[in-house]
Amino acid sequence: MDRIPILKMGPFLLVTIQVDLYDRLALSLENDLINMVSKTGARGVLIDISAVNIVDSFMGRILGNIASMSRIMDAETVVVGMQPAVAITLVELGLTLQGVHTALNVEKGMDLLYDKSDLLTDEQNNQEDTEEPDDYND
Amino acid sequence: MTKDTMQIVREQDVVPFRNRVRELATKIGMSLVNQTKLITAASELVRNMLKYASGGKITLEVISKTGQSGIRLTFADNGPGIENIPQAMQDGFSTGRSLGLGLPGAKRLVNEFDIKSVVGQGTTVTVTHWKNGR
Repeated sequence: MDRIPILKMGPFLLVTIQVDLYDRLALSLENDLINMVSKTGARGVLIDISAVNIVDSFMGRILGNIASMSRIMDAETVVVGMQPAVAITLVELGLTLQGVHTALNVEKGMDLLYDKSDLLTDEQNNQEDTEEPDDYND
Repeated sequence: MTKDTMQIVREQDVVPFRNRVRELATKIGMSLVNQTKLITAASELVRNMLKYASGGKITLEVISKTGQSGIRLTFADNGPGIENIPQAMQDGFSTGRSLGLGLPGAKRLVNEFDIKSVVGQGTTVTVTHWKNGR
């Protein structure tokens, strides 16, 4: 059976969905992700859907489930790269993806995850060694 | 004009079906947003068909009206039928454990929506979406 690969990147998990999801594939992703969060103690999950053309109510529910389950396990979820046509369609469909953080692209999504999980990026860590910490964390 | 039918009996039939709809929509020059709306609506309806009626038959047609072309999809199943259609068309109502957005959401996404159902015999949903989305 097909599987969507989950990559570990520092404290976070990264998933890039490159194929059209059918239901069972989406369900196994949900399952695999939660297991990975538990196994690795990841603090965040980043899901890139920039190659996804269709998000229907089922897929939306899966994204919501992943976010809720991860949160219970102390990990935040950010969905990035949504195509404009998909966003327009989701709102008309009536799906607001409550509880799911979103960002425009992977880079902004990573920043958001660092922010949400109160972790410092490498860059900020290096800065802290050399200069006074600014009010970033206030 | 073009008329096609597809049998849907399992989940794996959904992706080829969605691709076929996209192909037709591209052929008549439908914009990306309208394509996405139509395919998302189709995806909701085909899922209902699989979930509640274990599949059915879909007719795909390219139609035209006063110079404008569009796509009409007819989802026909021999499932248990829907007892209370107004209730099924309400946001958030579901007899399964889903969000209850399928039918009302699909209706919002397309230009024309028609549903007929006979309890014990089956349900037929017809949706039409025009090239320019109006």
